[in-house]
Amino acid sequence: MRSWIERQKNVIEFTLSSLLRRKGKNAALIFVYTVVVFMLASVVFFTHSIKKEASMILKDAPEMVIQRMVAGRHELIPVSYADKIKTIRGVSSVKGRFWGYYYDPIVGANYTLMVPEDDQLTPGTIAIGEGISRTRLAFEGDTIEFRAYDGAIIHLEIKKMLSSKSELVSSDLVLISEGDFRKLFGTSRGYATDLTLKVKNTRELPTIAVKIAELLPDTRQIMRDEILRTYDAVFNWRGGIMIVILLGAMLAFIIFAWDKASGLSSEERREIGILKAIGWETSDVILMKFWEGMVISLSSFLSGVLLAYVHVFLASSVLFEPVLKGWAILYPKFRIIPFVDASQIAALFFLTVIPYTVATIIPSWRAATVDPDTVMRG
Amino acid sequence: MIELINVRKVFSQGKPNEFVAVHGVSLSIDSNKVTVLKGPSGSGKTTLLSLIGCMARPTSGRIKLLDREITSLPERFLTEIRRKTFGFIFQQFNLIKGITALENVMLPAYPLGEGYASLKTRAMHLLDLFNISQKAHSKVEWLSGGEAQRITMVRALINNPSVIIADEPTAHLDTKLSREFMEIVERLKDDKKSVLIASHDPIVYESGGVDRVVNVRDGRIVES
Repeated sequence: MRSWIERQKNVIEFTLSSLLRRKGKNAALIFVYTVVVFMLASVVFFTHSIKKEASMILKDAPEMVIQRMVAGRHELIPVSYADKIKTIRGVSSVKGRFWGYYYDPIVGANYTLMVPEDDQLTPGTIAIGEGISRTRLAFEGDTIEFRAYDGAIIHLEIKKMLSSKSELVSSDLVLISEGDFRKLFGTSRGYATDLTLKVKNTRELPTIAVKIAELLPDTRQIMRDEILRTYDAVFNWRGGIMIVILLGAMLAFIIFAWDKASGLSSEERREIGILKAIGWETSDVILMKFWEGMVISLSSFLSGVLLAYVHVFLASSVLFEPVLKGWAILYPKFRIIPFVDASQIAALFFLTVIPYTVATIIPSWRAATVDPDTVMRG
Repeated sequence: MIELINVRKVFSQGKPNEFVAVHGVSLSIDSNKVTVLKGPSGSGKTTLLSLIGCMARPTSGRIKLLDREITSLPERFLTEIRRKTFGFIFQQFNLIKGITALENVMLPAYPLGEGYASLKTRAMHLLDLFNISQKAHSKVEWLSGGEAQRITMVRALINNPSVIIADEPTAHLDTKLSREFMEIVERLKDDKKSVLIASHDPIVYESGGVDRVVNVRDGRIVES
């Protein structure tokens, strides 16, 4: 056992000095490799965390939303629909919801306006997200002007700032009282933007949705699970933008690994020949190349993962921001909750370190199985 | 000690460029003697050394080492024999560039599992014996021909082999260094090593320390 450990130590010793001999080449290798791991890890961390965040936000979302459709478009819904829905067995409550978008010509951005279900604001006051605060340079106690649907100017005082914890959804959000909302958009009494529904038993949701569709054929029913599935479709490993970015990164990695696999320089071949001639076994050469691959791939893997962590969780995913954060002008100052699990790291490890190590060993094994006699001939 | 029985070596067999390098050679090499294979370039000396040193396999015929047939042994066993029995001194030195002379010397012993510290002490001792310890930490590419030659010799001895095989060892040395090399060979003989040299340099085969000269021509032994 001791001899085995000494053998490993000696071979590692030689591997390290071998790596130092080709400083330039190996530094370039580590750089390219780190960039590839960084890209892959950034995508994985970002999508996983955004999905996690979405599921956390949607945890408190209504189980079902009912919207009225006219000519294929979402329209205001009569509050009287709620009474009809309540007659369906299994429905525990139905509430009207008020939300909409407001275009602010001063900054050229859209805000999302919403009436909170609980914790109603007093008329004349609002709560705003940090994106709006940053753009309008408005803080608690300041007043913001809004131009109503009829041209009237409404002054609303900022009563509080929304927590930056949920900036993904709250950055462009304005919470407003129901009265102010109606004044701003001219929404008649008896109408809401849509209805939210709670049921006694969530397993009955599909049945209730069918009953609502029969009872109110001009409505559509959106279930919380469907929204989660949409997030999955967009941000999952196998879907949406992610697959494009992942495929790009994987392609770059395959080209990189293939180049490594197909090319041992004549100097490297010569050295393998010398090692064989002076008494190294094929397995010793493979062991050396294994350690060489491990040193390069592990250091690249660790630095790539670390950089990706910094990029995604501390530097607000600056590289992905324009692609992944949607169309809003008020990009959230994005600080997603760091959420990394072992399976992500393991998946990244198996996608990068293992193929590279194999790609390093195969050409060396091929070279090492040649008769050492060739080295005698110069 | 080493016996070749009707050994034949063909390169690229069955191909248009087929070449017979050794034609049915039979030869025995004694222990604790200095034997020189003498002959012009292309006569088959290097091929014979490769076959004797288990670096290549004969196409036909048998090779015995200490009465043990080694021709058909699997690669792993041949490597084992190679590193325990033989030490090689190559014509082109074949030192690994970019690492120090000391590391080059230690290389053959790395896979054997000896502790790094004790291996280093042993290597330094050998370098000292060959008056080259002052170059231990120099990169090999900065060594002169004579220094590189001595480093190759120390490397050949690190695993304490019983047979030293040298292929044209004086090809890159001047007369003075060539004579020094032959003095070292005599010291090796005194240390009970067998030395087998392939050379067409008169300084080598006319040296007083040489016990036997075998003439090789066109892959055949002409006289010995």
